[in-house]
Amino acid sequence: MSTAKPTSGADKAAAESSEQYLTFMLAGEEYGVDILRVQEIKGWDKVTRIPHTPDYVLGVINLRGAVVPILDLRRRFGLETIAFGPTTVVIVVRVMSGRDERTVGVVVDAVSEVYNVDAADTKPPPDVCGNVDTVFVKALVTIEEKMLILLDIDRLIGNSIADELVPGAAVA
Amino acid sequence: MTLDLEMAEIAKVFFQESREGLDVMESGLLSLGAAADSENINTIFRAAHSIKGGSATFGFAEVAGFTHGVETLLDEMRNGVRPVTAEAIQTLLQACDCLREMIAATEAEQPLDQVRIASLNGDIKHILGEASEAPAPVSAPALAAANEAADAGTAGEPGGWRVRFEPVADLLRLRNEPTRMFAELRRLGAMVAHADASRLPPLDALDPESCYLSWDIDITGQIPRGKLDEIFDWVDSGCRLEFTPTGRSAPAAPAPGAKASAQPQAAAIDAWSAETKAVSPTEAKAAASADADRGAPAGAAVQKASGDSGSIRVATEKVDNIINLVGELLITQSMLSSFADGIDPNDLDRLRQGLSQLARNTRELQESVMQIRMLPISFAFNRFPRIVHDLSRKLAKKVELKLSGEGTELDKTVLEKITDPLVHLVRNALDHGLEIPERRVAAGKRETGTLELAAFHEGGNIIIEVRDDGAGLNKAKILQKARERALVAPDQELTDEQIDNLIFMPGFSTAEQISDVSGRGVGMDVVRRNINDLGGHVQISSKEGLGSTIRIRLPLTLAILDGQLVRVGKEIYVISLLAIVETIQVARERLNTLVGRTEVFRLRDEYLPVVKLCDQFGVEPDSRSAEDGLLVVLEADGKRVGVLVDDLLAQQQVVIKSLESNFKSVAGIAGATILGDGTVALIIDAPGLISSAAEQGVGAAAAHAA
Repeated sequence: MSTAKPTSGADKAAAESSEQYLTFMLAGEEYGVDILRVQEIKGWDKVTRIPHTPDYVLGVINLRGAVVPILDLRRRFGLETIAFGPTTVVIVVRVMSGRDERTVGVVVDAVSEVYNVDAADTKPPPDVCGNVDTVFVKALVTIEEKMLILLDIDRLIGNSIADELVPGAAVA
Repeated sequence: MTLDLEMAEIAKVFFQESREGLDVMESGLLSLGAAADSENINTIFRAAHSIKGGSATFGFAEVAGFTHGVETLLDEMRNGVRPVTAEAIQTLLQACDCLREMIAATEAEQPLDQVRIASLNGDIKHILGEASEAPAPVSAPALAAANEAADAGTAGEPGGWRVRFEPVADLLRLRNEPTRMFAELRRLGAMVAHADASRLPPLDALDPESCYLSWDIDITGQIPRGKLDEIFDWVDSGCRLEFTPTGRSAPAAPAPGAKASAQPQAAAIDAWSAETKAVSPTEAKAAASADADRGAPAGAAVQKASGDSGSIRVATEKVDNIINLVGELLITQSMLSSFADGIDPNDLDRLRQGLSQLARNTRELQESVMQIRMLPISFAFNRFPRIVHDLSRKLAKKVELKLSGEGTELDKTVLEKITDPLVHLVRNALDHGLEIPERRVAAGKRETGTLELAAFHEGGNIIIEVRDDGAGLNKAKILQKARERALVAPDQELTDEQIDNLIFMPGFSTAEQISDVSGRGVGMDVVRRNINDLGGHVQISSKEGLGSTIRIRLPLTLAILDGQLVRVGKEIYVISLLAIVETIQVARERLNTLVGRTEVFRLRDEYLPVVKLCDQFGVEPDSRSAEDGLLVVLEADGKRVGVLVDDLLAQQQVVIKSLESNFKSVAGIAGATILGDGTVALIIDAPGLISSAAEQGVGAAAAHAA
């Protein structure tokens, strides 16, 4: 929770100042996540699979004693899957799921840059936005002639987990 | 009275002890109803006495005054002067409640509920006044009142007190130190003490451990009488104490001699302590042993009075810290062992030896640390006699409560979290389960209903059962209700057991009338959720007209388990050793396929379903055939299944890590752990696996039997 506070503070401050986004590549498009949510970036490593989970949940890893789930963002967006290569990385982010903060790793094709994004430059997402369902898109921004898709990771990842809670509970 | 910090600390202990004392009183009082033996009354009396003494020491005059009345009543009961009536017990129980509130209010420094105190005081006086004119109960509150009056009265006058203090000769042996009391007095105001050495015997007849001096003490200042009482509180038995208020002019009278006389006093005390020091070693030893003789029974009495089984209070935080450390230690140890397996030089033996010692030490340390957290379930059970007593009166039902297995120990966290669900179940059983006496008689049952609470070990679990011999669940009504609320599809067929367990569905309540006891429909599902959160399961079985049994199964601890590592294909899973009955290889002729689908195998006289982990968890195994792999026979809730795995690996202790903290709960998985090589292994939820498999298997087995 404590780590979430500066983030929400930053959200409020976004109106007048710029925010930093870490961007990554996924199927040729560049996406950004709030850098304050990023805990670390690590290479792809073997995971322990979890039964009865959707295909985009690759499994769990041991992150310094914590059991952390790893999600495949390509599968989450319903994109064509590729073999993991040398640039494949896991971005470990902290997301809010319901009232709890969770640490989750997402597998992306490659990390790209860190950009300062001025809140004034962002535009709301159009109805159709690249390969992604627009509910997960916070905003679009053009930087250096490129379009960045800024993701709302709480919705994207937090809900991915929370949505599953309901059918999971019914099975139990 | 303002408490300084140190006092506040001690007062905290007093509050805690008072609560424990009240618990002792309450349970004693409840069992008094059945048999009025004097030992029991004594126990109650001692508890009341400790509360009175403590509260007086800390200056909580109202608590002390109130307890005094209670104590007087108990004293008369103890001496057989007063019969033990139901009315008296009820009043005393209410007094316990009232005291609990008073103590809570005092601790929170909030005003007391004077109306309630006065009314209960009246009740107690009424009981006391019926057969005796004992002045004590009247005088106790009166005394308290007088003290307050004195407090209030003296507040305005700048007077003082003259105290005549004639201690008993034993004063010093009773471990009281007059100099310290004088120091206390000096803090209250200007003090002048005149030592009276008239009782001092010749030196050869002098016993250095006796106190021969007495004192006249003049003390000036606005001092409430209560303050003086506090100082002399510990010595008042046997000592002659007189307090005389002195007026404005009074302090002036002895003033001229004040300075002069203070010196001799100090000198006298010095001389006297010098004498004490001069005692010959043999004498001192004799005196010490005499002290020890006296001390021992007193200590025993204190221990008995507190009703404590020699427990210590440890901050949960500290224990949790140790538990975490031990968990890490275990991980390190298993990491080292897997490292040792990987290299092969010859001095590996010594490393192995060291590791096995580390393993043993770690295990012992872990076991002893876990023990700290274990508490007997009586901590949860103790409240039930009172709840049942009160509720049965309210509902006009006759109930006999039977408790068994109170000594069964379980983790403190589990214990704390299970208490509320248990209270709920007991209230439910009383409200809905047990019938009113007339209806019981009409049904040909004993007028008094029985409610049983039992705790016992079964495998690695604690089972808590709440049994009643009441009406049982009305299956037709439950099913009808469930259909009305669309919890069950209209054409769905359910077994009796499934119908019973519908009451755990959210928003289900069949009570026609919502009472303040139960029936708001938020009960049983919350109970089930709380129990599931603890890693436990709850089930109900019921026979109409004969009663219901609710069975709660809880894990012993939430932190560490003894695990068997098993391999299925490339995946490694952990199964709790406690769930494993045996592991077997099965020959083809003992395997049957039922109804073309479910595979069963014969284990001695039993047919058990085969659960293929590869199918359950969707992993690619070495072989799908039960005869190629190993069958791990698991048991939970009296049901058995054979779980097919490819291989058995090591047995080791694993630290349970929650999947929920970063992910969510997964069917069939109880949690995760980290193995020596740093990878995550999933822990199999044996009871969950068994019950889901057994449901499929039951039909098959039935078909086979037919």
